[in-house]
Amino acid sequence: MFRFLFYPANLLIDSLEGVGRYVELMASMFRSIFSWHKYLSLTIDHLFHIGVLSIPIVILTSLFSGMVTSVQAAYQFESGFVPNWFVGSIVGESVLLELAPMMTALVMTGRIGATIAAEIGTMRVSEQIDALESLSFDPVSFLILPRILAAAIMFPVLIIIADCFGIIGGLFAAVNAMDVSSLEFIRGLRNWFRPFDAWFGLIKGLFFGVAITSIACYQGYYTSGGATGVGKSTTATVVISCVAIVFLDYILAAILL
Amino acid sequence: MIEVKNLSKSFGEKGVLSDLNFSVSHGQSVAIVGKSGAGKSVLLKCLIGLVKPDEGTIYVDNKLINSMNFGQLQEIRSNIGMVFQFGALFDSMTVGENISLALQKLTKLSSDEIKERVYNSLEEVDMVNTEDLMPSELSGGMKKRVGIARAIAIKPAYLFYDEPTTGLDPVMTDSINRLILKFQDTGEVTSVIITHEMRTVYDVADRVLLLHGGEIWFDGRPEEIKNSDDLVVQQFVTGNSTLV
Ligand SMILES: Nc1ncnc2c1ncn2[C@@H]1O[C@H](COP(=O)(O)OP(=O)(O)O)[C@@H](O)[C@H]1O
Ligand SMILES: [Mg+2]
Repeated sequence: MFRFLFYPANLLIDSLEGVGRYVELMASMFRSIFSWHKYLSLTIDHLFHIGVLSIPIVILTSLFSGMVTSVQAAYQFESGFVPNWFVGSIVGESVLLELAPMMTALVMTGRIGATIAAEIGTMRVSEQIDALESLSFDPVSFLILPRILAAAIMFPVLIIIADCFGIIGGLFAAVNAMDVSSLEFIRGLRNWFRPFDAWFGLIKGLFFGVAITSIACYQGYYTSGGATGVGKSTTATVVISCVAIVFLDYILAAILL
Repeated sequence: MIEVKNLSKSFGEKGVLSDLNFSVSHGQSVAIVGKSGAGKSVLLKCLIGLVKPDEGTIYVDNKLINSMNFGQLQEIRSNIGMVFQFGALFDSMTVGENISLALQKLTKLSSDEIKERVYNSLEEVDMVNTEDLMPSELSGGMKKRVGIARAIAIKPAYLFYDEPTTGLDPVMTDSINRLILKFQDTGEVTSVIITHEMRTVYDVADRVLLLHGGEIWFDGRPEEIKNSDDLVVQQFVTGNSTLV
């Protein structure tokens, strides 16, 4: 009857247990990291699935987020106090520091995180993971290591692509929506450009990539309860990844900026 | 030779196996029967170290499974072929890749020899020329047969089958029973067959264990289980739910 009173306590215990198992899983993955060369061909497969196939959606989202930044900057400049060419600076800074890594991470949570959780979760409930193990494979290094490696490699690459297209989108919108020539836009861009901002975005991308894929692998690996279980793991992956991304975003900014 | 002593396993509050003792000698084919949820699959998974028992010891070839690290388990497992209930084929790989995966890892065969071994394994289960199909293109019975081909490809000394005939039509059931018998008749294989089909028991087993309430309720020859007057055994053998 008073079970609901214990609900917060149980929730806390469950989440701590989850964190413990997550750390354990990551530790056993890192133990096999020195045999990464054995999983090279698998990693290359995932480089393709995680990286190459995501390029169109990354281009699309970064293009539009760059454009919208430009339009909103122009809207705020209407007062006339700020010279119009500043729009290049605003777009450059926002895209490199925040928009490209963040938008890419959120889109990839949906595209990659959910896929990985569903894939590995299905393998769990259909006993494919048991089968792997019975055939003397280490499922952790076979399934998880290549995916996380691939994400660690591909996310920074995707961020670079998002950076470029975000800025192109901003430039396009600025030239079309307000009285800024492309030369002026580029002047604004270069005026405020700090190389560290670009690096910072890449570092964020690396962390986001590892966070998304490791959360997805963890959720998939510990799936139970048939098809419903796979659904739950997928949902949990998306929710937890989004929270982890904004949390990491803050932590990294606080530490590195 | 498999020896199980005082094996107990529970999940949380729920006891599944309590204090099991039995052994399987070389060349035997043992059927383990019991109702759904009796813990048959859990027992089988304990035998290859996929599930860690809470208590008790399991010896395979006089080696203690419980306390093995991953490397030692790998060695034991390379001698055990496991056939999963629904095949458990890797659905991102073709039939051929499913079978060759373990061969590449566990044997030193050349790629031509592997190809030949894959072909022969598929031939054994009457599934030639399916190497390039994906598991999603196969029926339930075909999946099970490919699962068997994958298990026998490494030429194991032990074959564990988890409900190899459940949910199949009578003809397919018979053909799978014959397959199991065929591997058994080589005299080099020790089989453990989980099932709840009495027909499979009579056809292929030379000993049968009935798992009931987490314990081994009956241990004897298939003819004996048929004639047992114990009610729990009778209920299972005749499928009459009103007996107990
Ligand atoms: N990983 C697990 N976690 C919790 N409970 C489990 C797990 N595996 C099996 N069980 C429970 O153990 C019992 C026996 O399962 P199982 O061995 O699969 O039965 P069956 O005899 O039909 O093969 C079931 O009630 C099941 O719910
Ligand atoms: Mg079962």
